[in-house]
Amino acid sequence: MRRAAMTPYLLIAPATIFLGVLFVAPLVQTIALAFRPEGSFSFGNFTTMANDINFNVAIVNTFKVILLAVPLQVALALGMAMMLRHMRAGRDIVLWIWSIPLGISDLAAGLVWLAILTDRGYLNTLLFHLGIIPGPESWLTYETPTALLIAIVVAELWRATPIVLVILAAGVQLVPKEYNEAAEVFGATPWQRFIRITLPLLRPSIQTALILRTVLAFEMFATVLALGGRNFPVLMSEAFNWQNFQQDYGVAAAYAVVVMVCSLAATLIYLRVLHTPAAQLP
Amino acid sequence: MTPRILGALSVPLLAAQLFAVALAPRPAAADTLFMSTQLRPIEEAQKMRDVILKDYTGKVTYVPQEPAQLPLRIQAEQQGGTHTISLIAALHGELEPLIALNGIVPLDDLAAKLKDRNIPAGLMTLGKLGTPHQMYIPWMQATYFMVANKQALPYLPPGADINALTYEQLAAWGAAIETKTGKRMLGFPAGPKGLMHRFIEGFLYPSYTGGLVTTFSGAAADAMWTRFAALWKSVNPNSTNYNFMQEPLLSGDVWIAFDHVARLLDALRQKPDDFVTFPAPAGPKGRGYMPVLAGLAIAKDAPDQPGAEALISYLTLPATQITTARAVGFFPVVQATLPADLDPGVKLAAVAIAQTQTAKDALPALLPIGLGTHGGEFDKVMLDTFQLVVLRGTAPHDALAREAPILQKIMTDSGAPCWAPDPPSTGACKVQ
Repeated sequence: MRRAAMTPYLLIAPATIFLGVLFVAPLVQTIALAFRPEGSFSFGNFTTMANDINFNVAIVNTFKVILLAVPLQVALALGMAMMLRHMRAGRDIVLWIWSIPLGISDLAAGLVWLAILTDRGYLNTLLFHLGIIPGPESWLTYETPTALLIAIVVAELWRATPIVLVILAAGVQLVPKEYNEAAEVFGATPWQRFIRITLPLLRPSIQTALILRTVLAFEMFATVLALGGRNFPVLMSEAFNWQNFQQDYGVAAAYAVVVMVCSLAATLIYLRVLHTPAAQLP
Repeated sequence: MTPRILGALSVPLLAAQLFAVALAPRPAAADTLFMSTQLRPIEEAQKMRDVILKDYTGKVTYVPQEPAQLPLRIQAEQQGGTHTISLIAALHGELEPLIALNGIVPLDDLAAKLKDRNIPAGLMTLGKLGTPHQMYIPWMQATYFMVANKQALPYLPPGADINALTYEQLAAWGAAIETKTGKRMLGFPAGPKGLMHRFIEGFLYPSYTGGLVTTFSGAAADAMWTRFAALWKSVNPNSTNYNFMQEPLLSGDVWIAFDHVARLLDALRQKPDDFVTFPAPAGPKGRGYMPVLAGLAIAKDAPDQPGAEALISYLTLPATQITTARAVGFFPVVQATLPADLDPGVKLAAVAIAQTQTAKDALPALLPIGLGTHGGEFDKVMLDTFQLVVLRGTAPHDALAREAPILQKIMTDSGAPCWAPDPPSTGACKVQ
């Protein structure tokens, strides 16, 4: 009897220990590193960080990418999930192909897009053969910030839309068909059914997708580094630079704390704004 | 995570090292022990023993040593009273701390004997390490220089001598190419892994201001950044992505580039007929350049001082210097006629290095010394100033006013005294 009562705890113990050792402990260490540069509490690392020439740029760049990429990803993934729902044959194949970027590392994704967008890359080759440009055109320099931003957003879309899609596609399957059929009987148009029925019922899935996607977007690093290098600082690349080049672990930890606070804030906002009362769950 | 891993690794590494030291061959009484922080990889060490030292008549035991261990070993020998090392070879910055340890002896007599080697005066002065005496004899070097595609030569400003170029002429050259071809063909290694900071520290600042830390801000620095921002208008904007200039040179994306010899050599080896090499330009205060200089010093209480002197004499012979360049890609410090059958790419590099150091207005500037763990922050100050002024269009005066206190804090925290070409200081170097 007692053993049976213990079973759930024993089962979650490995995961709990794993998270405690590999997640909570480093988190506490990072916070300590950020606030205690010389053993006593201080905001010194944060002052250094905020006074750095790249700090404001990194904040602005990070938010620009998130505000552009995340809504686009959700919209795209919704569209794709709807298409999947209406497919009869080949659904699995299409889902499988759409999920390929999930299996590719960030850096590899960045390098793929670099090969496309670099001066002598595939895009310029194509444009040149179509007679649109006279020679190699630069898209990824400090002189073309808009093109660089678009390139990074496009690469992020390509790389990270699948994770949103997988969550939403699973959510769509949970929506009972009866609601839609009933609405159809009463003469609702497909758009009305999507807005009034599917979307509200998908809310919990959208919430999960948004939280996951936004938190991961605050951590974007390798794709941006491959495409933008020093031309496009973001919070994580600055953390990397402070750790790797300046060997200042304190300031790098301060950046990590900023990323953590942003992620937590975004999560709380999503939890509150997209809260679904239990009664409305499908 | 990384420092932890390194920390964990360092214990067995240290143990292995101690073990290796214990097992290191003890030289027979007649051998001269030659300890070097350079040419450590096994192939290079083997070339040292089998090729470079082949014609030396005395008996030598060549022992490579990690740079960080060198002062520890010297100290240990002093404290233990057992002296085994006779000759020490290391980079300038690695030899400097040995002065404070009283670990090396003055070589003024030897320097006088080696006058016929014609080692450039600038390098000999570096060998004094800020003392009145010759503390080491320059041995071999590498540096940074410029490479131009031959297609760029027709656009050289009238009257300009490519081997005695000024920054104004380089700017005019780049502008002329841009006007005539519509392309910006100058290139600098300003990518995330590039060595742009070395260009600013060792070339730009010394050439325009005659110093680096002491002259970091001020009228000369303002003028320098204004001029350099103007020159940058003809620089390929992909420069902030370039790490090794040999790549854009080979692809033809840039025609004129600056970089370290090791990051240019591939281009020169692959297409020696396409390129010319020449020293970096000069500014109002001279032709600032950053030598990477290895020197030879003799340990205090060396068991075999005559042997060490004979070895220095042998290693600085023009023939040995050429053999060294061929075998390991470090270049002569003495005037040496390069053989006709030298790899044409290596020859191009050697010529540029020789021209850089023998230039009448040459102004050697050292790698930062004594910054310890603040080296990365120091480089960041230079790169941030470059970013602000050149890439973001901040007025030089404002950018320098912003960065100067940061630089001063780094100097104060590390306590590093000034290094050449800044005048020597007692205590930490001060931004004027």
